[in-house]
Amino acid sequence: MLEIGLSHYLVLASILFTIGTIGIFLNRKNVIIILMSIELILLSVNVNFVAFSSYLGDTFGQVFALFVFTVAAAEAAIGLAILVVYFRNRGNIAVENINAMKG
Amino acid sequence: MIFLALAFYMFASIAVIAAIVVISTHNPVHSVLFLILVFFNVAGLFVLLGAEFLAMILIVVYVGAVAVLFMFVVMMLDVSIAETRDGFLHYLPLGLLVGFILVIELGVIAGGWNFAPNVEQNFIAQSIGSSVTNTEAMGNVIYTHYIFYFQTAGFILLVAMIGAIVLTHRTRDGVRKQNVGDQLARNPSNTIEVKKVSSGSGV
Repeated sequence: MLEIGLSHYLVLASILFTIGTIGIFLNRKNVIIILMSIELILLSVNVNFVAFSSYLGDTFGQVFALFVFTVAAAEAAIGLAILVVYFRNRGNIAVENINAMKG
Repeated sequence: MIFLALAFYMFASIAVIAAIVVISTHNPVHSVLFLILVFFNVAGLFVLLGAEFLAMILIVVYVGAVAVLFMFVVMMLDVSIAETRDGFLHYLPLGLLVGFILVIELGVIAGGWNFAPNVEQNFIAQSIGSSVTNTEAMGNVIYTHYIFYFQTAGFILLVAMIGAIVLTHRTRDGVRKQNVGDQLARNPSNTIEVKKVSSGSGV
């Protein structure tokens, strides 16, 4: 219990991942919180990468986590830009009728 | 050792509680602030794991840029809070069901995995435990072994930047802008007209 091992970090990462997934389902009217849930999911994946990297003694996990951070930042920027355009056109950010965007 | 355990449990519990608040609070501004709290606590966990560089990246890039971008958008869009909360309880059973299934599946994986027998052969940069610092170890591999991945990450950021600008840029009518070329092309011959006014009759 007091000896913090790899499994502690994996359990924490899976809890954060599950919270992020539930957040996507719960907030159907607010796309901003869905984007934040995606950030939580990517963060939990990064916790996994860094924990394995640290316990195996190999730096590559941290390098890969850096790339995941890059993609997450790009995704947040594009997602928020789409959100701003969507709000400008419709006046709300409910995800339920977001299929009006197609075609 | 006891200090490490206490630090882990403190960071982990605050991160989990803050993550729950992120997805369940009524106010999107509170959501963003608790997301920042999650990032800070996970950065603390990264420090405990010996990944100081990523911890700093998390704080500088995520808290400093991404979370502030979220805050900017939340404040810029005038979203009514009451409207966005409709259907929260309606989707709660489905969300909990999916979360439950996910927990079961992750538990099955956690109960059954172990390291590959010769995992050490696949290591590329065994630096942890040696004398180089974490940042130096990452720099040693990022700029040599993973240079193409690094360049690709840079291109992804460039594409994201151009995409965000193209998406949100709009040309509005009726805006008076300064046109330097037109101003410099003016000369007295086509802007000034000299009228001969006959005396006593006016223009």
